Amino acid sequence: MEDWRRTPLVFWVTSLPPTLWLVVFFLIPLALVWVMSFGELDGLIDIKITGTLANYARALDPLYLEVFGKSLVFAGFTTVISLLVGFPVALAIVFASPRWRPILLLLVILPFWTNLLIRTYALIAVLRVRGFANFSLEWLWDQGNTVLALMGLGSYQLLGDRFEPLELLYNNTAVVIGLVYVHMPFMILPLYAALERLDRSLIEAALDLGASQFRAFLTVVVPLALPGIISGGILVFIPALGSFLTPDLLGGTDSQMIANVIERQFKGANDWPFGAALSFLLMYLTFAALTVRALVNRRAERRGGA
Amino acid sequence: MAHCKPFRPSRRSFLAGTGAVAAGLTFLPKAGFSAEEKVVNFYNWDTYIGETTLDDFKGASGIEVNMDLFADNAELFAKLKEGNPGYDVIVPSNDYVERMVAANMLMKLDHSKIPNIANIDLAFMNPNHDPGRVYSLPYMWGTIGIGYRKSRVDGVPDSWKWLYESDQYAGKIALLGAPSTVIQIACKYLGYPLNESDPAKLEKAADLIIKQKPSIKVFADDNGQDLLLSGEVDLTMEWNGDILQVMAEDDDISYVVPKEGGLLWEDTLAIPTGAPHPENAHAFMNYVLDAEAGAAIADFIQYATPNAAAKALMDKSYTENPAIFPPDETVKNSEVAIYQGPEYSQLIDRLWTKINAA
Repeated sequence: MEDWRRTPLVFWVTSLPPTLWLVVFFLIPLALVWVMSFGELDGLIDIKITGTLANYARALDPLYLEVFGKSLVFAGFTTVISLLVGFPVALAIVFASPRWRPILLLLVILPFWTNLLIRTYALIAVLRVRGFANFSLEWLWDQGNTVLALMGLGSYQLLGDRFEPLELLYNNTAVVIGLVYVHMPFMILPLYAALERLDRSLIEAALDLGASQFRAFLTVVVPLALPGIISGGILVFIPALGSFLTPDLLGGTDSQMIANVIERQFKGANDWPFGAALSFLLMYLTFAALTVRALVNRRAERRGGA
Repeated sequence: MAHCKPFRPSRRSFLAGTGAVAAGLTFLPKAGFSAEEKVVNFYNWDTYIGETTLDDFKGASGIEVNMDLFADNAELFAKLKEGNPGYDVIVPSNDYVERMVAANMLMKLDHSKIPNIANIDLAFMNPNHDPGRVYSLPYMWGTIGIGYRKSRVDGVPDSWKWLYESDQYAGKIALLGAPSTVIQIACKYLGYPLNESDPAKLEKAADLIIKQKPSIKVFADDNGQDLLLSGEVDLTMEWNGDILQVMAEDDDISYVVPKEGGLLWEDTLAIPTGAPHPENAHAFMNYVLDAEAGAAIADFIQYATPNAAAKALMDKSYTENPAIFPPDETVKNSEVAIYQGPEYSQLIDRLWTKINAA
């Protein structure tokens, strides 16, 4: 590759639009929100920038820290479940025949063709009391009763005297299901990219040398897929941490995440400085999570190299 | 807090007659338009205008109405906060009229350009949220009460107790997702005024809700009526208009404003500061307040109209529907939410965060 120093014009021309884009639509608005977080409400509309730290002090109240904590737990569960489910899927795609691979990848990306809001409402139709999940269970229940009746056990009502639909919606489980459903492709795609590059002869070697399938997977496949696991984890964890639509639509009375609180500051509560402070705390938290991961990553590499 | 959702009217016969009437309207002060292009930008709730009102107005005045939709007052406020992006007529609710007036976001109305003000019931002409109707005119009004499934509920749930302090319907209860409304009605149930501002009493109201949380299934943002219709819940706190819509689909659903009284709301027509077409805005507001046009709107959206002349044109299935026009006693017990300043909003939001985190 040519050194950019030798062709400064090409460098500047090609990097100018993205830089401008980044500055105008990301850094400047972000800086404005950052400045606002040190402001105070002055009447209903105006915000006076006074350099106060009161907004941060309020945000560090145990009440809000608890909400931060709960958001971390939600995002953590989402990341782990996405990884556990996504890894076999990514492996299956890698080992599928070349003819099937693009079709399988397309199926993973397919949900992106539909708006998030519509997908979430579709999930409501699946999970609600009179939804498709409960309809299916009720059908199974009916079939089970028919079989029991045929066996002459119909009068014992072994399956209960009437079908009780499961409460699948409006609780924390529904929120995690929704978050996993929405973020799964972000886990599968980096995993696929990492696994696709994997040299399969290494697995064969491990098996030839007497490792069990499981051991070969754990000591050969997983470490080699680590970059994919880490980038997939980051891609799932960060947006999941800032979700507000999913807990809003699928959650119950204690599914509030920090982004729901932030959204209210910019709308109903009309307290933009406080909302800005909460947003930046969330961002610092994200940076902290990234740093921890980077450190873990580096240590893993060092150990791998030793 | 959308109290305006797609509605499936059952009585279209009335509308058939009104389309023709509008064409013959002559009261519009046409002379004033010459300076403005023939456009008015209307920012409204979803399904909150007559089916043909905008076309009829264009036919009568030649002014084209561009309608944009907002989902709740907070969205309306946030959108206009940093300057009017070009709207001429907006539909804020009563407490947001106060907020917007306090923030200089509304223009004073020129009553001489709106002769149809004479159609409005005098009881609506001097409310607390806009004394003398300087900034806003009443568009529709209604209540917040309890929508319920008759076959699943013992008798009529005519007390807030069934939502706030009882486990008889545990897991089958939805409250609104509107923080101030839910806390204000808890105050009402505890015997305080709806607009209680004493932090200790508000804290008590929040504690009541926290204690009731195991029985509450969800704080429904704007879909309590759908949850009721689909059997997800059997009791829901809702705007009367929302429940009316599902009552039209399901005979088993009914609506009551509890005896403790509920919350009265009023949506208004107002002109935001910086409106590019104030003349047209006045003309449009005048048209909406016309008796025939107002009756066509009320017939389609099925909310209570403050327009006495329009109400006189409606039939009994509307004027005597207790879900639209609650009994006088109920109205007397009910209160209107007033805007209480930023500290109150912050306290309510903090309590709401606490309720949700508990």
